Amino acid sequence: MDKFRMMAQILQSNQESFMNGICGVMALASAQLYTSFEFNCPCIPEYNYSYGISMLVIPPIWFFLLGFVLNNNVSMLAEEWKRPVGQRRKDPAVMRYMCVSISQRSLIAPAVWISVTLMDGKSFLCAYSMDLDMSELGKNVSGHGLSQEELLRTLAKIPCKHIYDGQHILSREAATRYIRCISQAFGWLFLLIITIAAFLIRAIRPCFTQAAFLKTKYWSHYVDTERKMFDETCTEHAKSFAKTCIKQYFEGISGEIQSFHDHSRGDDSDDEDDKPATEEDKLMGVRRQDIMNKVLWDWHTCKPPLSLRKSGDASTEQNGDCSMNANKNQDQSICDKTELNEGQNGFKCGYVNPGLDIGQSDLDKGYENASFSIEQNGFTNRRSNASTSLNGLMNGGVSSPSNTQRKAWAVYYSKV
Amino acid sequence: MDRLKLVLQYFQSNSESISNGICIILSLISVKLYTSFDFNCPCLPQYNKMYALGVMFVPPIILFLLGVLVNRHTGVLMEEWVRPLGKRTKNPAVVKFLLSSMLQRSFLAPMVWILMTLLDGKCFICAFSMNVDPKYFTGIPNSTGLELIKIMAKVPCKEDVIFKNSSFRKAVSRYVRCYSQAIGWSILLFFIFLGAVGRVLKPCFNHATFLQTRYWSNYLDIEQKLFDETCVLHARDFARKCVMQFFESMQEDVTVRMPLSSAFRPSTIHNEYEEEEEERLHGITRQDQVDHLLQTWYECKPELDVTRMAYKPKACITWEDINGKALFSEV
Repeated sequence: MDKFRMMAQILQSNQESFMNGICGVMALASAQLYTSFEFNCPCIPEYNYSYGISMLVIPPIWFFLLGFVLNNNVSMLAEEWKRPVGQRRKDPAVMRYMCVSISQRSLIAPAVWISVTLMDGKSFLCAYSMDLDMSELGKNVSGHGLSQEELLRTLAKIPCKHIYDGQHILSREAATRYIRCISQAFGWLFLLIITIAAFLIRAIRPCFTQAAFLKTKYWSHYVDTERKMFDETCTEHAKSFAKTCIKQYFEGISGEIQSFHDHSRGDDSDDEDDKPATEEDKLMGVRRQDIMNKVLWDWHTCKPPLSLRKSGDASTEQNGDCSMNANKNQDQSICDKTELNEGQNGFKCGYVNPGLDIGQSDLDKGYENASFSIEQNGFTNRRSNASTSLNGLMNGGVSSPSNTQRKAWAVYYSKV
Repeated sequence: MDRLKLVLQYFQSNSESISNGICIILSLISVKLYTSFDFNCPCLPQYNKMYALGVMFVPPIILFLLGVLVNRHTGVLMEEWVRPLGKRTKNPAVVKFLLSSMLQRSFLAPMVWILMTLLDGKCFICAFSMNVDPKYFTGIPNSTGLELIKIMAKVPCKEDVIFKNSSFRKAVSRYVRCYSQAIGWSILLFFIFLGAVGRVLKPCFNHATFLQTRYWSNYLDIEQKLFDETCVLHARDFARKCVMQFFESMQEDVTVRMPLSSAFRPSTIHNEYEEEEEERLHGITRQDQVDHLLQTWYECKPELDVTRMAYKPKACITWEDINGKALFSEV
């Protein structure tokens, strides 16, 4: 049972299966709509053709556009198409693949409507009853004594059972049967053509471009997943941001700085070091409105490159920032109220406890007067207040220690 | 509800069951399509045969193509057939097995349609009513002045006026329908007989080879599915990491990483989840690496040898006494 649930979950979270589901639902809706729609041929020479053909053509167009509307991937495709290049190249093959798959899915409901309409024959009958060639039905073409106009008017009344008055000229059932037969022939032909087209596309495609197809399929799925992940991360971040903001507001009013403790946990304070992520962690260092705005802006205008750093690495490839900004600013050694996640002992910022034995020689990377504060028991997140001359302390600056020694590293966060 | 879930679970448990399930669903669709299709014989001498034979044979072609399309084995078969050799030899027997199993399954829905048309009889009546010799039947309406063939062509159409108060039409219809049903039942009997004989005699020929080809064709199918799943999971982890790193790159904090003396060795900052995620990435962390991986998967499939991962022969040290008796052994 669990496996089934897991499978169902996977299927649901898999965008393609979900889209297939929507596609099937729309096809059924299309068939149902046709059966419940009351076809009402005007039986007037001037309007028959327009009514018949528009019933055949306009609802499919509507279903096709509806398919685009309901498909989430459309906005993803538009986003991917319109975004600035940033640090990530654009791949036209991926966009083509997404466009083709969206169109394929949206074409199913219109195809169902058209084939059901043609099989039923009413719209064909309405549109083409006036073009009926009476000699096909074995009737004498000119033996009825009606003018052309009157003949047309009579023929136009064929779809309407109750007002047809030309029974002596032409049997209504025979004409209806004939036209419906042609309509059904067109219907089957239409189905055959689209099935052959689908067959050629899907069954013969592996003969060509299979490797390229694997690539585009992977990257289009990746784009979709990434977008979802980004939205999830933003939601989480907003939650943590809000919690922190409110907490700071209360603190600001009460004048006390309290240790950052998630009250809902109620755990032992010793265990807190091992807890995976406190609220501060979830903020991932993005703590201000303008920074968050920059995050959201850059996500569209300057997408990051598709190249991950190993988690032990320092950020050596400082993702060539699109704009170097204030986080390299070196003259802010203010300690604002954002937090001191020191843990239990509520250290105030700004004090120095230089009792750290750095011990290694490759620390002279051009910074001096760095002062650190530490806590005695265990290390998780440390706040330290590094002073101004941290010109080497940019993200890229202290890379070499991490390259040489990877054994025991402590991570110090400093506010610049 | 639970039973339905169990049934669904059973059908999804292996790929053969899925294919059988799809095949059955397609046959049911074929039946439903036939019953909901409004058969409309034109009752005209020049069009009757064309219409009827069209209705009898065009939908089966469509159903056959659909059956081939929705069958998973088609994709596996085509890929295995056209892939470059790589490190893995190609086995034509596997390709033939996949092809035959796919064709067998795809023929079911068309056969159902054809049998239904024959057993129902409407198509046959429409097509062959003109070939009936009317002198065997009484009550032919020859007062209308129409030619004989036109009258015969109108037999399939019930509502035509010339057949009022006459049992001629019903007699001819019954006669042609009887032929149609006889042909339908014979075809059914023939195919069932063929199937039974094939089933019974198959183990007599090359059973061992058959077991092998069946295993390897199943393996190919599973391998492709697992590859797709792994790609999906990998993309997920890649995306998660990419987004997190994007956020972290925006942070204002500057990270100072410094070596720490042993006096202050910290408890390992252990984010289990992150480590698991890194493992799932298998070290593939860049776009060109992913592209290379996918290209190589197609162009140079790996050999069928998982000894390295599954079983590592271990070196074992054994301590023996003077007489050669093993005293103590460890890995």
